[in-house]
This record gives sequence, structure tokens and C-alpha cells, in this order.
Amino acid sequence: MKKIYLYARFQRFWHWMQAFIIFSLLITGLEVHGLFNLMGYETAFHVHNLFAWGLASFILLAFFWYITTGDFRQYLTEGNLLEKIMMQARYYLIGIFKNEPHPFKKNEISRLNPLQRITYLMLTLVGLPLQIIFGFAYYYFNELVAAGMNPGWIEPIALIHTFLAYMLVGFVIMHIYMTTTGHTPTSNIKAMITGWEEVEE
Amino acid sequence: MKKLILLRLVPVLVSVFLFSLLFAKPFHQPVDPLIRSTADHSKFQELKKEFKSGPEVTEACLKCHTEAAKQIHRTKHWTWEVPMTDGKMLGKQHVVNNFCISVGGNEPRCTSCHIGYNWKDKQFDFTSEKNVDCIVCHDGTGTYKKLPAGAGHPAYTSTTFENKLYPKVDLSHIAQHVQNPDRHNCGVCHFEGGGADAVKHGDLDNSLIKPDKSVDVHMATGKGELDMTCIDCHKTKGHQVPGSRYEPTARDMHGFDYPLPDDYPTTCISCHGLKPHKKLKKLNDHIDKVACQTCHIPTIAKKRATKMWWDWSQAGKFDKEGKEITRVDASGIPLYISKKGEFKWSKNIEPEYRWFNGKMNYVTFLTKINDSTVVAINHPDGHPGDTLSRIWPFKVHRGKQPYDPVLKQFVKPLLYGEKGSGAYWSDFNWGTAIQKGMEYANLKYSGTYGFVETEMSWPISHMVSPKEDAMSCAECHSRNGRLEKLGGFYLPGRDASPFVEIAGFVTIAGSLIGVLIHAFMRYVSHKKTKSEGAS
Repeated sequence: MKKIYLYARFQRFWHWMQAFIIFSLLITGLEVHGLFNLMGYETAFHVHNLFAWGLASFILLAFFWYITTGDFRQYLTEGNLLEKIMMQARYYLIGIFKNEPHPFKKNEISRLNPLQRITYLMLTLVGLPLQIIFGFAYYYFNELVAAGMNPGWIEPIALIHTFLAYMLVGFVIMHIYMTTTGHTPTSNIKAMITGWEEVEE
Repeated sequence: MKKLILLRLVPVLVSVFLFSLLFAKPFHQPVDPLIRSTADHSKFQELKKEFKSGPEVTEACLKCHTEAAKQIHRTKHWTWEVPMTDGKMLGKQHVVNNFCISVGGNEPRCTSCHIGYNWKDKQFDFTSEKNVDCIVCHDGTGTYKKLPAGAGHPAYTSTTFENKLYPKVDLSHIAQHVQNPDRHNCGVCHFEGGGADAVKHGDLDNSLIKPDKSVDVHMATGKGELDMTCIDCHKTKGHQVPGSRYEPTARDMHGFDYPLPDDYPTTCISCHGLKPHKKLKKLNDHIDKVACQTCHIPTIAKKRATKMWWDWSQAGKFDKEGKEITRVDASGIPLYISKKGEFKWSKNIEPEYRWFNGKMNYVTFLTKINDSTVVAINHPDGHPGDTLSRIWPFKVHRGKQPYDPVLKQFVKPLLYGEKGSGAYWSDFNWGTAIQKGMEYANLKYSGTYGFVETEMSWPISHMVSPKEDAMSCAECHSRNGRLEKLGGFYLPGRDASPFVEIAGFVTIAGSLIGVLIHAFMRYVSHKKTKSEGAS
């Protein structure tokens, strides 16, 4: 058993801000979608639009940080990525029940396993940007129509935005559960708060 | 301390008071009579005489205002007909309605709201200049009143009609005190359309004579209120009053009428422009598809109940002694009258919403109707996809009225007339009343009649609420909101795709169940390894 410093201050700050913003966007978005009545449509609408700007800005800020610090290398993989992903998936489906050790050791140089790398990379480079683009197209619909977009597109834009939101809820559920698969059920969350994580020797 | 109050507080209070005077500005600044007009009618010799009749007054008016009657002759206020671009002739003279059904045959009664004299039958001379009634619109005394069944004439001697006294009108005094029309002049007919206060429109009734701000923000008369009257929006040119229900402007794309006016001064946009919302800019994204009236007139008939249902088929019932019945509710509103049938009324109601491009489709007495369902006497034309259509509020008046089930056409019953004339209100026989009415109008009638349910849509534009009372988003952006029944377009908050909802549900439920099963299996296997380790 040893403690390693995994998450820099900015990473922790970014993670929790993003968690807060995405959580707020989901709540207000689903309210605007008419699923429940919490703060009222109008408030939900305003909060949602405000946080949308927040999310977009934070993603840009994070890109800047990852590029300038070189930490984006955490997301790069050498060798056969697919094979490594399969190894990690096999661990979650079989190995974890046999009390096998994690197939990839965490350390300061490599804190993400291959499955995490591909998931977070897809989320940050594809999922969230798509959701943000469709969200902004939804908000600036009148301007886009004035610029020549077909007005009939409001429905598909709205539906895709809703669909991606539901997918995001699914991600959040699994992501929170996965935090319990560390050395102890809470060691991952503690690490994301303090920066220090207990790992197997 | 005293010094502080004197030096700091008093100036603040004074300036607050002065500024409040500055901001609460009525639409019309007070002016003295000299600024208002170059003529004082009470000084005209021609008017200082005894007038025996209305037409005599008109002759006196026309001596100076030589072209006035000719202007009037061109207005729908005079002709009661509106030629439409599709060749149909509409207007009060021609359309079917589901209140008193039709003018034809019932002239002396209906024409008590005509701006003329003597229209008592179809022989009326529409080219007569002296039969133009100037003073019904220009009476500045508030004493001029036409008799209910006097073919447009007022009471020249004190007259009692239906237990109500109509005192002799002082024509000379009225002629010397004329003015530009104010709300009383227009209201005499337009607030009492359908025969009494608040019956017809839902957004026009006598509560607009002295409304507070919550009833109508423009017309409110209280201290510091705008105090606008009808002609401030219905800006008249050569006696032509703009803002007709027959040819409305459903979407004004011209914007502010200053400095360059368009032909539609009555639209909200004429004064408020194309980007009226300064604080919440998202609201401006609505105005291409939602009429201002829709959100800013959340309810109509705010102070007085308006008629919602008129069932003529129930007319003609009498009490045990054979006398006519009048049944009223607690507030005195009639629910049943033997002459007219059964009524329903509503106060402070939400309008109904339709797509509307400004074209109203009317049924006439010549249209073949489909009697197997509710007949729409008029229905607003419009579609979510076109550029002119916007969502508009309507008062929908429903009821049952006589028709010809063989020819599938509406009929014009003779309602008003002497006993023995066949008029329904005297003889109570639908067969003869319809026969007489159709003969009078030269229309075919099969000889059999029935009753058919109808609905009529009245676009809403008045009783605009202050902005604090405008509708909130969720009135429409919600399931079971006000626009629940309006299809054909995607409305956020109301609409969803079943496919997306199911896919979302499966994803969320699937991940929840998945992690629960995974957690349970981990727990079980963990216990097993632990006990194995122990043994």
C-alpha cells in the first residue's frame, strides 16, 4: 500500500466544476423538457442557458490546460489499444469477482486505464461538443433560420439534444459506480478530492 | 439629525416625486380647446335651431363638411358589406353568425347600430346623404342614443321600449357639442354587439369605458395611466377605420409606423416595433410565430361575462300560464329567454388558440354545409409552416341554430316583427319565421328545418394586460398547457419523440440495473473470498 499524487489542483477543480455544471444542465434540461416541475420552466430555461456557456468555457479552458501542460499525453496509448481495452473490460466482467488485481497499475505517469482513456476522450472530444453544438443550434435557432437553415430542423435538433442528454445520464450513473472499484470503495473519490490516491504496491 | 433629514432625505423624496410625475405620462397631453380645434360648433348659427330629426342635423353638418357623407358612403360602417379578394361578399349584411343569425329581414332592430337613419328594410337608399348619422359617432355630450328598434333613429319624443324609457334627445345641444369619437361613441355599438353589453366579442365591453390597468393597459383611465381611446390605434383617414375583423393583419412585418407608416396602424408592432422585448431577448424570437395578443391577453371578458353558447333550438318554451319565460342567474345574466333559447356565459376566460394568417374563411347563406359535425361558420386560415401565420387567440362562440337539412344551407329566420307577421319573436313558429325570412331574402328553402351545432371564431386584440400579467412560459411550454391541441409543429416542453424517450429510459434504467447487479455480484464474491481466506 502506498499513496501517490494523481490529480493536480486544476484537474480536481475542473472535474468538480464540470460535474456541478453537467448535473445542473441535466436537471434544468429535463425540466425544460417537461419531465418534472422543480424551479419552474422559466428559471430552468435561464439557468440552463447560463450553464451552457459555463460548460463550453470550461471545456475550452481545459483544452488550453491539457495542451500547455502536456498532460494530454495521459490520453494517448501505445500498442494495441483494442486489446488493452478488452483486457480492462474482461477485468470488470470477470476478474473483479475473482479478486484479481487491476490489469493496469496506476502511477503518476499513467493514471488512466485504457477503458477510461477512450471513454473520457470520446466524451470530451465527441459527446459533449456534439451536445453543446446541438444545444447552441437550438438556442440560436431563429438566427440560423435567418441565415438560411430549414425551419423544420427544430424538431430533429431538439430530439438529438434530448437523446444525447439521456445518454449522458447513463454515463453519469456508470461513472459514479465505477469510482467504487478502486483499492477501497471510496479511494477513487478521495483521490479526486485530495489529489492523493491509495494504490496497491 | 434634523439637518441630515432636511439636507439628504427631503431632496431625495422631492426628486423621486418629480420623477414619478415624469414617468407616469398619459398618451394625450392635456390641451386647451383653442389648440384642439379652429372651430367652436356652439358658435355656429346653423346649429342654433330646433332640429326635428337626425337627418336635419346631418343636412346642417353637410353645409360645411361637404364631402363627409360621400366619405361615409365608402365605409363598411355604412355599407355593412366587404368585398373579398376571392369574390365573396362579406360584411354584416351578408355573413351568417350564430348570435342573431342574420340582418336581412330584421333591419329595424339590427340597424339601431347602423351609422344611418331609416334602414328599415331592403329598400334602404345607400346613396342618401342626409341619412348618414353624423352624431352617433361625434356626439360629445354622451346623451345621444338610438332607439333599439328605430331603424337608426333616436327618440324624438320620450319613448318607452321593452320597459325602458328613452328620453327625448336634445339634437340642437348635441349638434353644438360634437367631437372626435371617444370610447363612448364606438362602444355604443361595439361594446354591445350581439344585443347587450359584453355579449359578442369577449374583449370589448363597457368595462373599457373606465378600466383600470389590469383590464387594459392602454385604455386605463386612472391617474397617470395612458388613457388611450379607440381611435388612437384605429387611426381613421377620411372616415375609413382601419383594423377590420374581415381583413386583419395577422403579422405586421413593417415594424414601427414612425417615421414611415404602413397601412396597418392598428397592429401592436406599429408602436412597439419588431423587437419589443428589451430585457428578455429570447421573447423576440417568438414574434414571427406568436401574435403579441396571445401572451399579452391571457384572459378575456375580465370584468363582465361574455356569451359562450346560444342554443336557438331550446327557444319557444312557455310557463304553465302560457307566458314567456326569462331565467337569470344570481348576477342577473339571462340563461333562458323564450324568444332566444338557452345561453351560457363565461367571465375571465382563457381564449382558444389557432394558427392565423389573416384570412378568415366564411360560410355564407349559399355555402353547402356538412351537418354531420359541428359547422365552423368562420374559421381562421393558417398553417405553422407559412410565413404569415402566427398563433392567435380567439373567442369561440358556440351554439345551435336553424338550417335547411335538405338543401344543407343555413337559413335566415324572420325574428323581429309584429304579431301575425310570422316573425319568430312574436309568433314563435320556426316554420313560418324561416319561410318568411327566406322569401324576403330571395333564397331557396326546402320547407324543412333542423338545428345544427355551430362555432364562430372572434380574433382577440383588446384587453391587453400590463406586462407583469403577461403569460409565463409554462402556460404553453408544458404538457397539457394552453397549446396542447395545436398540432403540426415542435413545441419545447410539450413535445417529445416516443423513440427518444424509450431509448433514454432503456439507457438510464439499463445502467442502473447493470450497476446494481454488478455491485451485488462483487459483494457476494468478496464475501466468498473472505470466508475462503478465513478457512
